[in-house]
Formats: sequence, C-alpha cells, structure tokens
Amino acid sequence: MEFVTLLQVLDSTVRLAMPLLLACLAGLFSERAGIFDIGLEGKMLAAAFLSAAVAAVTGSVWLGLLAGIGASLLLSAIHGLASITFRGNQLISGVAINFLASGLTVLLAQDWFAEGGRTPSLMGAGRFESLTLPFAETLSTVPVLGPIYYELISGHSILVYVGFLMVPLTWWVLFRTRFGLRLRAVGEAPEAVDTAGVSVVGMRFAAVAICGVLCGLAGAYLATGLQAGFVREMTAGRGYIALAALIFAKWRPWHALWACLLFGLLQAVALRYQNLEIAGIPLPVQLMDALPYILTVVILAGFVGKAIPPRAGGQPYVKER
Amino acid sequence: MSDIPAIELKGISKAFGPVQANRDISIRVMPGTIHGIIGENGAGKSTLMSILYGFYKADAGEIHVNGTRRDITDSQAAIAAGIGMVFQHFKLVQNFTVLENIILGAEDGPLLRPSLARARGVLKSLAEEYELSVDPDELVENLSVGHQQRVEILKALYRQADILILDEPTGVLTPAEADHLFRILDNLRREGKTILLITHKLREIMEITDTVSVMRRGQMTATVRTADTSPEELAELMVGRKVLLRVDKAPATPGRVLLEVENLRHVDAHGVERLKGVSLQLRAGEILGLAGVAGNGQSELLEVLGGYAAAKGAVRLNGQALPLAGPGSDAGARRAAGLGHVPEDRQTEGLIMPYTAWENTVFGYHRDPRYQRGLLMDNAAIRAEAADKMARYDVRPPDPDLAARNFSGGNQQKIVLAREIERDPEVLLIGQPTRGVDIGAIEFIHKEIVRLRDRGKAILLVSVELDEIFALSDRIAVIFDGQIMGERDPARTNQTELGLLMAGMTEMPDGPLVEAVDAQMAAKAAREAEHHG
Amino acid sequence: MDRMPAWADAVLVPLISILLAALLSALVILAIGESPVEALLLMVDGALMRSTGWGYTLYYATNFIFTGLCVAIAFHASLFNIGGEGQAMIGGLGVALVCLFIPFPHWSIALLVATGAAALFGAGWALIPAWLQARRGSHIVITTIMFNFIAAAVLNYVLVNLLRPAGAMDPATAPFPAATHLPSFHDMFATADNPLFRGSPANVSFFLAVLACLGVWLLIWRTRLGYEIRAMGFSESAARYAGISPVRITVITMLISGGLAGMMALNTTMGEAERLVMNATEGAGFIGIAVALMGRSHPLGVLLAALLFGFLYQGGAELALWTNIPRELITVIQALVILFTGALGNMVRVPLERMFVALRRRAS
Repeated sequence: MEFVTLLQVLDSTVRLAMPLLLACLAGLFSERAGIFDIGLEGKMLAAAFLSAAVAAVTGSVWLGLLAGIGASLLLSAIHGLASITFRGNQLISGVAINFLASGLTVLLAQDWFAEGGRTPSLMGAGRFESLTLPFAETLSTVPVLGPIYYELISGHSILVYVGFLMVPLTWWVLFRTRFGLRLRAVGEAPEAVDTAGVSVVGMRFAAVAICGVLCGLAGAYLATGLQAGFVREMTAGRGYIALAALIFAKWRPWHALWACLLFGLLQAVALRYQNLEIAGIPLPVQLMDALPYILTVVILAGFVGKAIPPRAGGQPYVKER
Repeated sequence: MSDIPAIELKGISKAFGPVQANRDISIRVMPGTIHGIIGENGAGKSTLMSILYGFYKADAGEIHVNGTRRDITDSQAAIAAGIGMVFQHFKLVQNFTVLENIILGAEDGPLLRPSLARARGVLKSLAEEYELSVDPDELVENLSVGHQQRVEILKALYRQADILILDEPTGVLTPAEADHLFRILDNLRREGKTILLITHKLREIMEITDTVSVMRRGQMTATVRTADTSPEELAELMVGRKVLLRVDKAPATPGRVLLEVENLRHVDAHGVERLKGVSLQLRAGEILGLAGVAGNGQSELLEVLGGYAAAKGAVRLNGQALPLAGPGSDAGARRAAGLGHVPEDRQTEGLIMPYTAWENTVFGYHRDPRYQRGLLMDNAAIRAEAADKMARYDVRPPDPDLAARNFSGGNQQKIVLAREIERDPEVLLIGQPTRGVDIGAIEFIHKEIVRLRDRGKAILLVSVELDEIFALSDRIAVIFDGQIMGERDPARTNQTELGLLMAGMTEMPDGPLVEAVDAQMAAKAAREAEHHG
Repeated sequence: MDRMPAWADAVLVPLISILLAALLSALVILAIGESPVEALLLMVDGALMRSTGWGYTLYYATNFIFTGLCVAIAFHASLFNIGGEGQAMIGGLGVALVCLFIPFPHWSIALLVATGAAALFGAGWALIPAWLQARRGSHIVITTIMFNFIAAAVLNYVLVNLLRPAGAMDPATAPFPAATHLPSFHDMFATADNPLFRGSPANVSFFLAVLACLGVWLLIWRTRLGYEIRAMGFSESAARYAGISPVRITVITMLISGGLAGMMALNTTMGEAERLVMNATEGAGFIGIAVALMGRSHPLGVLLAALLFGFLYQGGAELALWTNIPRELITVIQALVILFTGALGNMVRVPLERMFVALRRRAS
C-alpha cells in the first residue's frame, strides 16, 4: 500500500470515527450514571436532521448545530422522563426513541422541503468547512511528517477537534471532579448517593442531558460536516456501533477513543476496498460491515476480558430500606 | 445534661398505599443517651427511622431536633440537622475507596483532590478518638462486613452528625464484633452523641440502652427506662400478650444416620471457595442447628444440599450417594430423593411472588406426574390440593387464588412450610425459618419443626439468630469461613463459647479478643477479595 | 391487597396508553397541515371498507402476529428479544432454500416443510444470543441487536454472491417453483361473481399465525414448560431453587421466540413475493415489540394489536398514496405506542392505582 493511500484511509478513519466517538462518549456519560441508552441512534438522527434543516434555512451552520443539539436534548428529556421520573424500562424507551426519530425526521423533512425526506444540500456557511491548521500547506513538502500533518491532522472540521478534546475532558470530569464522583456513584449505588443527600434524579438527568448534547454534536457533524445535508436513515446504525464501542471500551474514555478509531478504520477500509483479499482469501465487503458487531458479540461473550457494566445500570432507582 | 430532647417526634403517621406503617407516634430522646427502639418485624421501626432521616416523608406529624422544629424533606435536610443513619443494608459504593465513600455528597468543592486530602486527616483523628480504624485507600468491596459498617459510622461522623441512627446493626456481626460496636457506641455516648438503636434483639436493648421504646403494629406502645424493665416485660409489650421465650420440646431420641455430608467443597461464581471441606451427620429424629454469622458458607451449604450448586465431596441420604454435579444433581432429583428445603429467603427463592398461592404450593414439585394431564398441567387438581394445605397450616386469608405477594411474611412462610413438610421428606433443610415473621407465626413454625422431628425426620436448621438455634436444636454445629468449627451440646455451651467459634476461634485468644476477631475477619475479607480482580 | 384490580391493569392501562399515543399521533398529523379525522377516514376506507384492503391488512397482521408472539414469549421469560428482525431474515433464508431446492409435489407439503425450515433457521439465529445470555451473561438486548446487523450482512452476502440467478441485477433469489405457491385469500374465498380479496397478498399463513396464538397461549398458561418459563421470568433465583434450570429455559424460550420470528417469512417470502428479496422483513421484527407491549404479552392481546398495526400499515400506505402524509407516520405511531405502553407505563399506572386506593378507602 502506498504511503499516500494509507494516509487517505487513516484520514477517512478519523472522519468516520468522529460521530462514533461523540456518540460513544454520550453513551458513556449516560450509562456511567446507570441509564442505559440504546437511543443514541435516534438522537443522532434527530440532530442530523434538525441541524441540516436549520442550516439550510438560515444559512448558518452554527444555528444548525444549536438546533441539532436541541433536537437531541428533547429526545434525551423523553428518555429521562420515561426512565428516571416514571421508572420505565430504559431499553424499551430507547427503542421508542429510535423509531420516533426515524419516523419524525422523514415526516418533517417531507413536510418542510418536499424533497423525498431529505434536506436541501448545504453550501458555504451552511456547512462546517475543513480547517487548515497553521503551516499545513508550507510543511506539506516535508517528507513523511509533512503529509501526515497536512493530510491526517489538518483539514478536518472543527467538530473533529472538539471530539478529540472531549476524550481527556470526559476522563477529567469523571475521575477528578465532584460531579464525576457523584455521577459514577449514581451508576454503581444510587442508594449511597441518595442517603448522602444528593439527588439521584438530578444527577441522572444531568448525565442524560450531557448525553443529549454529545449526541447532538455527533448528529450535526454527520449532516453538516461529514456530509452536506440530511438524508433519511443517514445514521445507518452508527448509534449501535457507538454502543458496541462503549462496551468494547468497557465504559472508559480513553478506551472509547481506541475502539471508535478501530471501528472507524473498519468502515474506512470497507468503503475504499469493496473486495479485500488477505493472504489470498477474499474478504467480502459484508464481512467488513458486520465486523464491529461480531467483535462486540465476542467481547460481550467475555472470551476476551469481561465487560462489566455499571452495577446499577438499567435499574430504575426505587428507595428501599 | 440539658432538658431539651435531642430528638422529639410528635404524632408521626405514615401509610404505604393501604398499609398504615406508622400511626401517631411520639417519642423524646435526651442528648447523650442511647435509646433503643424494639419491635417485631413489620412493627414500623425502620419506617419511623427512615422518616427521621428524610428517606420517606411522613403523612402527618412533627420532628424537633434540639428543641427546634425541623422540616426533614430529604436526607440532605437530615444531615444538615445533624442526623446520621447506618442502614441495615449498607449504602456504600462497592468499587470506590473508603475515602471516596466518605466524601461522597460532602465534598468541599468542585474538585476532588482537596476534599480527599482533608478527609484523610479527619478520618485519622476520628479513628483514634472512637476506635474506628479502617484503611482509607482500600476498596469497600475488599473490606469485612464489620469494617464496612465502620465506614458507614465514619460517614455520619464526617458529616458532623450528633444524632446517630443504627438499624439492626448487629445482624451481620459476630458476637465479638457486636461487642466492639457497642464499645464504639459507648464512646460516642460519652462524647455527647445521641444514639437511636433499632433492633429486635432484647439482649442488646438490655445491654446498651438507657431508655427503650416498644413498637407494635405501627404504634408506640411504651417508653421505659431500661433499668426499670425486664426482657419478659418487653417481649409482652412487643407482642401484646404473654410469650414463651422458649420452645416446648421433649428430649430428642436420635435414630440412624439419615444424611451424611463428607468433606464438601464448593467454589462460587467469583472463584471464592465458600465451603472448605464441610462434614456433618444428621440422624433421624433430631434437629441439628447450624450457627454462624451470615456469609460464612451456610447459604452455599443449603444450595449444594438443595441441588442447585455444584460441589465436590460426598453426600449420602439413607446410605445412598447423591450426585453433586452433572445429571441427577438438580433440585428436582433431591426432592424426589426425599430432601425437603425451606429456603433462607422466601421472597427470592421459596416463592414466586406474582404467582397465586395454588401455583406456589407445587413450586419445585410441579414436575410430579400427578399434576399432569396429558401434555397439560392439571390446574384443577393443584388448586384443590392447595386449598386443603392452606387450611391445615392456618394460612390467612385461606384464598388459593391470591398472589403470594399479598400474604404477610408469616403466612408466606407457612405456604412454603406446608409445601415442603406435606411432602413428608426424610430430611428437611430449613434456613432462617422465622426471618421477617411475626411472633404468632414463629410459635406455629417452631412447633411444626419440632413435630416433624418427633415423627422421626432429620432437620438441618440454619439460622443467624443464636436464640433460635438454642431454642430448637438438639445439637449445634458452628460454621465459620466455610468450615465447621465444632459441635456443641446446647445444654452444655453458652453464647460466649459459640461466639468465639463463630469468629473462627476455638479458644480464648491471649491478647484482646476484639483485635483477634478483627484480624480473623480482615483475613477472611482479604481471601475473598483476591477474586474481585 | 393489590392496589388495582387485575382487569384494570390488563385493560384500562393499555387502553389509556393507546389513547395517549393516538392523541399525539393526531397532533403530529395536524402539525404537518393535514386533518387527523380525514386521515383516519381515509385509512379506514383503504384498509377496512373493501375486501382487498382487508387482504392487505390481514397480510401485514400475519407478520405482526408472528413477530409479536416472538417478543411476547421472550418477555414471559424476562428476556427482551430485539432480534426478531434478524431471526425473520434468516428464517426467510430457510424458506428460500427448501422452496428452491426441494421439488415439492403440493403446496401443503411445501408449507409443512417450509414452516419447519423457517422455524429452524429463525431459532438457529436466536441460539447464539440465547446461549451467550444463559452461559456467559452477555446482555441479550445488545447481542440480538448485533445479530440483526450480522443477519443483514449474511443475507446480503448470500443473495448477492450465492443465490442470485446469473444475469440478475437485484439481490434476490430466483422465483420459487409454482408448486410452492401458497393459496391466497383470493384463491380460497373468491367466487366467479364475487372476486373477494383480489390482488391482495393475504394467504393461508394467516391461519397458521392464529394457530400459533392458540399454541403460545396453551404453552404459557397450561403446560409445565410455560409454568417454568414464567417462573424464571419472575425470579431466576427462585427458579434455581425449584430445580428449573435458567440456562435451559433461556435457551428453549429464545429458540421458540426465534422460531416464531422465522415463521413470519412464510407469509412474506412464500406467500407473497414467492422469492427471497433483501428487505423482506420491512421492519416487522421491530413492530413486534410494539405489538407485544400493547398486547401485554398475551396471545389474544398480540392478535388484536397485530390487527391494529395491520390496519395502520395498510391505512398508512393509502395515506401515502392520496395525501402528503408519508408512510413514516406509521413509524411515529409505532414509536408512540412503544413509548406509552412500554416505557411510560407507570405514568398511566401510578395515578390509576392512587385512584383505586382512594376509591377503596372511601368505600370502606
């Protein structure tokens, strides 16, 4: 493989990994607080749609981003209402949210734009443009490091850099702050948090809200950064892959980064090479598509280190003596 | 000592749906005293204390702390009022360190580092002041139960609690650990702290409290000075009538060996060895009581004998070897072989709570061909049989169509007992037969157990209540850390001797007892922690 | 005492939940500038007023009965099988294989063998998640979701690379031989002067679905296995005490569940398309979740809920044809039903319980 090709595949890995990473960190906040969230997919989709729609109408991607985050937060609020306030089944709520987003986005897109369930293509300020980092062009001629800097590190939209920054930030918040201590505690032993005089409901809603914001970023990136507009079902299972990455990462921020990059790489390779051959054995593209899911099942099976979710995960908190 | 009570409750009432848990309760507790609250299971003690700690909200009534009325709407408010609570089931984050658990909810600022540093210092001085030492950097899941309880007390003290509520604190402790706890409570009293001790054990009330209140069916029936009362009087106040504190039974006439357990070993799902070579013999017509603090292998012994945990070693019933793993080792096969089992926890094991009473009366025996009609179950036959059993065991209400969850604890236990005893087992395993059961049902259950013995059956009684062990057993074995520490004749032993065995010691240590017991418990916790990974 | 009579819990709670879902759906229709009343009339007209409409309604209902039962029976064992979609896809593969490669003399024999194949393949696809849950504690919700994606990849590979006839473009098998074609309602009920169900896909597998409802009811409430499944669903620790192996029950329940999902393929693949196409399931596996929740996991409830969703599906298609309301409206309704009958059940139940407690207080 040529060096340039490699860089291009890695560059595309970064792009494809970013929505996964943002959604994965979103799920991390929620699940660390004991709220399972299989509605990442729906929140991303809603954010993708509304960000593209608002960006298309106003011509401002920043307004679009805000709207996307708002859409995602709204679904988060429903999830919180169902699973925290009314102590409903978190998995069922997540399923409902995914369908709600899947149906409403097309319904509204059709009603607003009448373009067959998509938004108009975004142009100019309606999209997140790639940022060229300082000296990228001048340094691009430097052997090896130049192209790496120019092709791989520079030239992404601002959300990509935000996404990468979210990893250390998440780690710091979780393990070095009061908020993080309480958030982790509420996912492990909500009764301990409650008897310590801290509101379990408040902590869990905060976590679900953060999850909403991050999913909003992920969806907005998808529709206004990675692509130029919304098309129906454009998340294409990314929410579930993010969930898979979260399990793969065993609910830890740095591991989440590596897991998402790995799954991004698989997608990038599948995208570039429809028919891959390794050591003479042809690997069908379908295998590449399915690999993240297969890997997750293998991890879940516990054959490669056990993935233990937060202890109170999925359980509504009911006061008990 | 001032005249203003540290705690005064006035007219507290609380209902859960149709159940009235507390009815017009008033109580005054003076500062610097230990006040006991005693009552049967379900008398409403824990509910009352949970209201005081803001865990539940009272429907009516007032709470006064140090003379001022306080509106305690949540735990935060209780903490602010200087109240701390040690729950029966600890409220600790298992995979946090001791220090992290201490500061949780009482941090000094948005960043953890300064809070942790300050807590470390405070902890050190508290440990010296009250004999409350624990390793601040150890994960809670690696601590012994006694030490976890200390963390709970430290949590309250760190929040500068002046009033400490302890809910059934000795249920999980060895007698020596309980003694140590009482020493700590004594120290706290001396420092002017006020302590509310909830218990159902008369002995503890007599031993440590200054005053005692008795609760019955959600009401406060009396408050007296401990020095002016007796266990007999308290028991009568608790139940509302005279009670026999002992069980009437004739001396046992043990026959041939019915159950033989030899060198039983069992490793649990986490890889911890829970049974380390247990050997027992059980004869026809006798009750063998297995004493021990919860978590020392007695649950696992019942599971293995009951046929739902695999083990190594040998078990013979009537001389027949029972397979301990693989085919033929399941619970159904054990029942077929004549081994009945009243499990320790009727709510999570013995009964399916949403199932009707009649469905529950065949639970575990549902594969019996007599309940089958072709491919289907013969529900009519099961129902008829159930009505009959319920009548004979005085289950109230005698309605087979009522779901198990709608019966009281005592009546639920009678349903289980009816199911297991009516099958006429050769050997009956019975765990915590009277946990969460009112005194009326306790008497009934104890009588049934003795009657079964007198019919020449063998009974293995597992109980964490030493009083129950003494009252029923013809022979007492003590288990500690998966091993039988010894067997004693109930007529020739006493609580102190059994207490030592329960802490894994066969004789009085040379040094202070408390330290020796502490060392034993820490060593046990460390062995189990190795497998937490 | 229970706080609420059983009938209220079984009927009132779902009914109010559905009304709430319907109300919100009407608001959605209003929001996109259409009239909910007209939309409903149009749906009724298209789905129920002509036999052809019924033919479609019952065709869709057949799918939803199978997938609804699939989810419902798993619910009884306290398992959430989101994998009905994937199990149905693989069930379709089973149907296609026997239909393509076994020369059947008559459709009835073909149906019998294909039923076995569909159930076997569907069950097979549920086996690994079931085993992983039972033996390794891997969360079945996540594994079945993953298996849906893997099933899509497998089916895609098989259709593109293995079963696609030479020269064909779309990923689908060759048409099945005529001897495997199932009698449609039109074949069965139309007469010369009364061409009932003309052009509609409802077929004999509908009756199979109704039989499956009866079978599941008997299984759950009248057999030893059902007793054990429900017992384990309520309490795994109690099941172990009673000698009921949670591993065995988990695996058996999931096999039945997957088998039922797989049988859905009889309707779509053998009954309608008469070949296996890529997207034969059309999300019916997921609608099964809504159907099971709404039907409170009771076969009769599942049957009724499946009919309602059949009506919604056919009515939704009519709406898409005649108005500006896209078919995705049905997805929204489906989401609202899941939300209200599933996740927000307590929102309805708790006030109702309070009401009943208050009523009883007043009465006593």
